[in-house]
Amino acid sequence: MYNEKVLKIFENPKNAGLLKGANGVGKVGNMQCGDVMKVYVLVEHDKIKDAKFKTFGCVSAIASSDVACEMIKGKHLDDALKVTNKDVMEALGGLPPQKVHCSVLAQEAIEAAITDYKKSTEKKKK
Amino acid sequence: MIKKSVYLDNAATTYVAGEVLQAMLPYFTTEFGNASSVHSFGRSAEKALATAREQIAKTINARPEEIYFTSGATESNNWILRSAIQNHPSKRIIISATEHPSILDTCDMLAKQGYKIDYVKVDRDGVINVADLISKLARPAAIVSIMTANNEVGTIQYLNTIANLCHERGVLFHTDATQAISRVFIDVNEMKIDALSMSAHKIYGPKGIGALYIKSGVKVNKFIRGGHQERNLRAGTVNVPGVVGFGVAAAIAMRDSTINNSRIKSLRDYMINQIETRIPDVHLNGHRHQRLANNVNFSFRGVEGESLLTLLDFAGIAASTGSACTSATLGRSHVLTAMGVMDELINGSIRFSLGRATTKADIDYVVGELEKSVKKLRSISAI
Repeated sequence: MYNEKVLKIFENPKNAGLLKGANGVGKVGNMQCGDVMKVYVLVEHDKIKDAKFKTFGCVSAIASSDVACEMIKGKHLDDALKVTNKDVMEALGGLPPQKVHCSVLAQEAIEAAITDYKKSTEKKKK
Repeated sequence: MIKKSVYLDNAATTYVAGEVLQAMLPYFTTEFGNASSVHSFGRSAEKALATAREQIAKTINARPEEIYFTSGATESNNWILRSAIQNHPSKRIIISATEHPSILDTCDMLAKQGYKIDYVKVDRDGVINVADLISKLARPAAIVSIMTANNEVGTIQYLNTIANLCHERGVLFHTDATQAISRVFIDVNEMKIDALSMSAHKIYGPKGIGALYIKSGVKVNKFIRGGHQERNLRAGTVNVPGVVGFGVAAAIAMRDSTINNSRIKSLRDYMINQIETRIPDVHLNGHRHQRLANNVNFSFRGVEGESLLTLLDFAGIAASTGSACTSATLGRSHVLTAMGVMDELINGSIRFSLGRATTKADIDYVVGELEKSVKKLRSISAI
């Protein structure tokens, strides 16, 4: 069902686990649909210094989480927000049609993490 | 180094036993006749069908003339439901929500045509709620169809009780015994079963061949048109090598059932015990004792089934999430849903189905890999 690339990333994800000092976290998905994705970001001067994930889900959900984290690392927040599910799909070399929603979930997780960071910094300013 | 490989998906399909294949081979080459032909080639094939029909009938104590060959249990299930509803004034069918998709899909289609489908409740272990069945039987129904043993969680139903209740009320009773043949005692006469579906490839026979048992006297409609085969009810040249293989597979399965079942059952209990001892936070799906000798089905909290299955596959282990028929789709297990299992446990269920070739060393290897894989996935899980 999956291509070699997806399986390889799933087997050895680079960005799995907790992120120390994370200042933004986005949680998307739910147990009904079978996938829950959490993306943690460490933002410094509007740049994503590091990103990690924790995901309950299928092979493509885990692989999507990993490439999403990889893609936003080092990016300015505005650029990170431009990462789409298509980019995630491309980085994975494609996903089976019934699994495309996993890449959408990854895009949403990035957005949620950045939104969370912005909210918490705004609070601090206040 | 030879990569280790352990096949624990025998409920999806089994290999073809050597004796079975040997018995089949001549019917591809020298004994290739069409069983409907009048010449010696045809007669040889016809004779082979008769022998096989007898071997298959014996597995459930039916008479050979009550056995109709089909392409498998899926076809048998389609046939009996469509036929029963057409032959009865009642527009109602009673099934359980944990039936195989071939029953559920057929019922969905019949529901769209205006028939009424009633689902009998099951308890947390997947056992039919008899009180609910009794209340549903208060009104007329064309047929009740309840599987003998569940393909996903292995729960064995109290078939005797269910069949009796139907019989007392004059309602046709059908059971899908695909997983149960040679693993659960079935006597269609003693148990008053009117119709029963089975497949060869779950008992070390070939794929693409199965049977429908229909009790003498029960009216059944023609299912496939265009020939007089199978007493004019199911047209099409009979798959003679398949039927021969099915017959031999059935005979061997019955001959060795006691020894196979007791050996496999003790491996099953060993595996359940090992998993529960070595891996925290696991949930055994299905009835602990009233279950198929070869079925182990667990949910691992915080772990999603497909991911776990894939890690096991990397280690050469073949298992399954849900049933083979549903795991290719995104659908959640309808069986676990009907049993009221929590969402996060439904998404993390894995079925291991043991077989004749399974050894204790296999189980030790699988449990070891399972422990590692569950740990790995839990360490990166969001819940």
